[in-house]
Parts: sequence; structure tokens; C-alpha cells
Amino acid sequence: MPNAESLPISIQGITKTYGRVHALDNVDLEVKSGEFLTLLGPSGSGKTTLLMALAGFTRPDYGSVRFGDEEVILKPPHLRDVGMVFQNYALFPHMTVAANIAYPLKLRKVSKAEIETRVEQALETVQLGGYGARRITQLSGGQKQRVALARAIVFNPRIVLMDEPLSALDKKLRDHMQIELRQMHDQLGMTTIYVTHDQREALTMSDRIAVINNGKVRQLGTPREIYDTPANRFVADFIGESSFLELEEGESGLTCEGIEILARHTPEDNLPKSLVIRPERLFPVNGKRPADTNLFKGTIRQIVYQGDAAMVYIDQSTGAELVMRCGTDNETLQSLKRDSEITVGLHRDDTVIVSDDETKG
Amino acid sequence: MSETSLLSRPNEKQLYRDALWERRTLLSLASPALLSIVLIIIIPVAWLFYLSFIGKDGGFSMENYARMVESKTYARIFLTTFKVSALTTIICILIGYPLAYFLSQLPRKAANICMLTVLLPFWTSLLVRTYAWLVILQRNGLINNWGIKLGLWDEPLKLAYGLNGTLIGMVHIMAPFLILPLYGTMKTINQDYMKASANLGATPIRTFWQVFFPLSLPGLSAGTLIVFVLCLGFFVTPAILGGGKVIMVSMQISNNIELFFNWGAASALGVVLLATTMLILFISSRVLKIDKILGGGQ
Repeated sequence: MPNAESLPISIQGITKTYGRVHALDNVDLEVKSGEFLTLLGPSGSGKTTLLMALAGFTRPDYGSVRFGDEEVILKPPHLRDVGMVFQNYALFPHMTVAANIAYPLKLRKVSKAEIETRVEQALETVQLGGYGARRITQLSGGQKQRVALARAIVFNPRIVLMDEPLSALDKKLRDHMQIELRQMHDQLGMTTIYVTHDQREALTMSDRIAVINNGKVRQLGTPREIYDTPANRFVADFIGESSFLELEEGESGLTCEGIEILARHTPEDNLPKSLVIRPERLFPVNGKRPADTNLFKGTIRQIVYQGDAAMVYIDQSTGAELVMRCGTDNETLQSLKRDSEITVGLHRDDTVIVSDDETKG
Repeated sequence: MSETSLLSRPNEKQLYRDALWERRTLLSLASPALLSIVLIIIIPVAWLFYLSFIGKDGGFSMENYARMVESKTYARIFLTTFKVSALTTIICILIGYPLAYFLSQLPRKAANICMLTVLLPFWTSLLVRTYAWLVILQRNGLINNWGIKLGLWDEPLKLAYGLNGTLIGMVHIMAPFLILPLYGTMKTINQDYMKASANLGATPIRTFWQVFFPLSLPGLSAGTLIVFVLCLGFFVTPAILGGGKVIMVSMQISNNIELFFNWGAASALGVVLLATTMLILFISSRVLKIDKILGGGQ
């Protein structure tokens, strides 16, 4: 398949209101050419509305969307020339697999012979060679997913939009398809905007992630930036399974229960602050205190064995709860006893402080 | 051997009996309907079938069927019946399809209100509706009075008493039978198909013909079939609005009994009509996959 020429997308001030609800609230977003960008957010956050505005199915109140240099906000969907994979695939049930994939080519008046080769090529790309004559109803969920993908890329669109395309698949297949989709993107090189509510999926696949809530982009960054340096409490809470500890302004810095907290990064504003604790960054401390480490004491309330990891729920005397993820080797498991006292450490470099914004998670 | 197998399959017999009992109970629920079908349909139809072979002299005879083949009148009656039925069906489709499409695109609440206007005539007596049309369509009826008053035409139009009146009345009565199954099918068509089609580059008109229309076909063929078959045996409306000029099979049956007291001839007509209807249903079930039609879009 020829390498599709990709296009950058420039979104400026897109706003869409339903009654008094802002589905999209002045969204600005610059998507680089050839980038895999994920819109991540809870349901109702506006991520799908934004995708539909890009595809032309939702008419925003105002704003601008440009594909390359071209303003497309007034273009009807059928002239936008973007590939799209729908959540439920939206494969035409009255057509065969091949007819589905040939559909966009026929509309573009491609010759019959070329349609045939390109359909077969597209099927090869999604590893469904020889499936052209099947009916849609004869396909499994994973196969439908692949056909939907083939149909979205067969006309070499320069932009591809995907609306939670993997949400209907079981976990194993989903994990597999994430890697495959990403590989295909790298191979074909079109600009891809991917919508999901699954943070792990977003972290796995994306070049950059835009975390969206209440119609606003709350943070835009690489998966590592989003996870390690969340910009606010919403992002910290939505990505990962964090514990939060309220912080107070001390004499020389931020403190938690009177103890000063060592942190890699502290936002500079006047909002109240919280400490973000990722379960896998906590570790048990026995004996001497390691350098540059914040210590927390508590009682083990519960230990949940999950095979590859164990989750340790720790109650602090203040009533706060910490969750630690640790390995399941014999030694570690034996050292953990329910109802016993424990001290856990968090290295300064893993200590992240966020501002409590108006929308707590 | 048998002892060990009994031991390793505990409660097998009881469970089997339980399943059997459950099936019988289910069957007994259908028995009142089954009984009434036998009593009021199968037995009378068999009686009709028997009567159609009885001649004027009271003995066995094929004369009732022979008359149908020989007489030009009967050929004309069958032709009229098919013509009126086909025309009614076609007009119903032309009016009903756009209406059903419109309803299917409305938000649920508005669609329900509009659906009421489609169903309202359904709940009014057939006879009342037919006479109402007579009042509206006749020589000095509503339409002709207004038309002449407004200067749209000078002479009263021949609307009632003839093919025109019959068609108007029949379309009005049959339209809901087409719209209901059609609307039901259209409602099940996922809007994402149309979005996908547009996204892939199809204009709205192309999307309609390539995606929406084919997916609505099960409902359209169900409605078409129902309307056509109902039209074949229709009596009241053509009898009143046709003014004796549109003679359909059902009216000839009535004439045979009321005017000529010829039960044999009437029965033979009934048998032929029934056979024709069943033949149409059989052919269309082969072509259109009737289980799909009756079982909805899926």
C-alpha cells in the first residue's frame, strides 16, 4: 500500500453547547502530521463530540478546524476525506467484506481492476487475505474490527479517526490489536486521532495524549509526561490508581501531617496541593531509612493477591488510605502480615505534587 | 453395568420427565388458539372446498370452475381485482415510504405523536371511513364544491363511484399496513451506517440508495405483501366507492350468494382466491425469505 501523505490538524476555539452544558469548551489542539494522538477522558467528557466535529457529524457552535491549510469546518462529511473506524464498526450488513472495502473506492471512481487489487491489499494489511467473499455476519468481533480498519484506510486518507474501536473486544484480543494498530499506523503514516476511555490503551498506543474532561483539554503530553507529571488532580486521578494525601503549607515547604515532603516537582500557584502516590512506586522500608525518601506509617488492612502483583491496602492513623503494589515473590509475601504495622517509602523522584483544581476527580 | 450408569447419572430420568412436562405445559398454552383455528378456519374452508364441486343439480360437478375459465366476465373480474390491488399497493408505497422515512428520522417523542395520526384512522370503523370518503368525493361533495368555488375546475370531477374513488378509499385504509412494518424496520437501521457511508465519501442521495434503501427492504416487502394480499379480498370499500363499476372477486362472491343463491359458484371463487393468495405468499416467501420479514430486520 502506498504511504499515505499525512496532514496536520489544527483545532481552534471549538465550542459546542447542548442547552447549558458545554460538550466542548473552547478547545484548542494542534495535532502534528503523522502523529498518533489519543483523546482520553471519562464518558461524557466531550472526546467523542470532538471526534464527530472533526468527521463533520457534529456542527460546533463556533471555532475552526483545519486539515493542513484548509479550513474544513463548513465541509459536509462526505467531502472531508478522512478515514473513520466506528465504535460498533458500522460495516454494511447487506454487503460482503470485499464490497464494504470497495465502497469508498467505487465512490472515487477507481477502475474495477484497481479496486480489486487494492481491496485485496487492504485485506492483506489487516491479515484477512482471502476473506473478501464472506458476509459481515459470518465474521467474529476481531475480524469485523479488521475489516472496518481496512475500509477506513483503503482510500489512503491522510487523516484517520477512531472512536473506541477496540472497546467491544475481549481483553486478550484488545491487547493484541493495540500493538497491531500502532504498527499499522507506523507503517502507513497517516495522522491518527484515537478516542478511548481506557487509560492503559492510551498509554500503550499514543505519541501524545490529550486528557479531556468537561469539554476541556486538561493536559496534553506524551504518555510519560501524563503519567509521571500530571498537570492537575483530575489527570493524576484519572490516569493510574493513585492515592492522594492532602498537603499543608509548612514553614519551609509543603508538609503532610507535619512532616516535610520531598518532591521532584511542585506546581507554583496558590491552590491547595495534594500528594500523588502511585501504588507501584511505594516500597516497604525495613530498618534504616534510605536517602531522599518520604516515609509513611500505617497498618496493613488487606492484602490482595493478583498473580503478577499483590495490592497492599494500608490504613494510616489519620484515616487516609495508601495502596502499595509489590512483587509476589515468596520473601515479600511472607514479610507482609495483615493487621501489622508497616512503613513504606516513596523516593523523592517519584513524588509528585498536584494542585487541587476546581474539578476534583 | 446399568446400576453403575444409574449411579453416575443421578436424577437423569426425573430431569428428562421435568423437561417433557415443561414442553407440554407450553404447548397447552397454544391449544385454545389451535382449537379455534381448526373450528373457524380449517373446517369451513374444507366445507367451502367441498361445496365448490357441487353443481346446480346437487351432484358432483366441475361446472363452477368451468364457468370461470369460459366466461369473459370472470376473467375481467380477476383482472380488475389484480389491477386495483396492484395500483393500491403502488400508491401506498409512493405515499408510505417517504412518510415512514420521515417518521424514522424524527426524535422519539415527535415520532410517537405523528404515528398517532397514522394510527388514528385504524381505530375508526372501516364503514364509517368509507362513507366519509363518499361524502367528501361525491358530485356535490366537499372537494367538488370547494374546487368549483375556488375556480379550480368548472364541472364536478368524477371522484366517487369508480376506480378513482375506490383507489382513494383503499389507499387510505391500507397505508398503515405498509407504514407500520416499514417504520419498524427503518427504526432498527443504525444511524452509524449512514455516517459511515458519508464518511467514506457518499453524498446523502447515494447513501440513501446504497445503504438505507437496501436495509429497509425487509420492511418494505413485508408491508407490500400485507397490503397486496389484503387488497385481493377487500370488499366494503370497492363495493361502496366503486358504485358498481369496480367489481372485484369478493363482490362477485357476494353477488353469487345474494342474487343467485349459487353457493357452489361462490365457493369456487373463494377457493380460487384463496389459492391465488397462498401462491403469492409461497412465491414471495421463496424470493423474500418470509421468516426474515415476519421476524423483523435481524
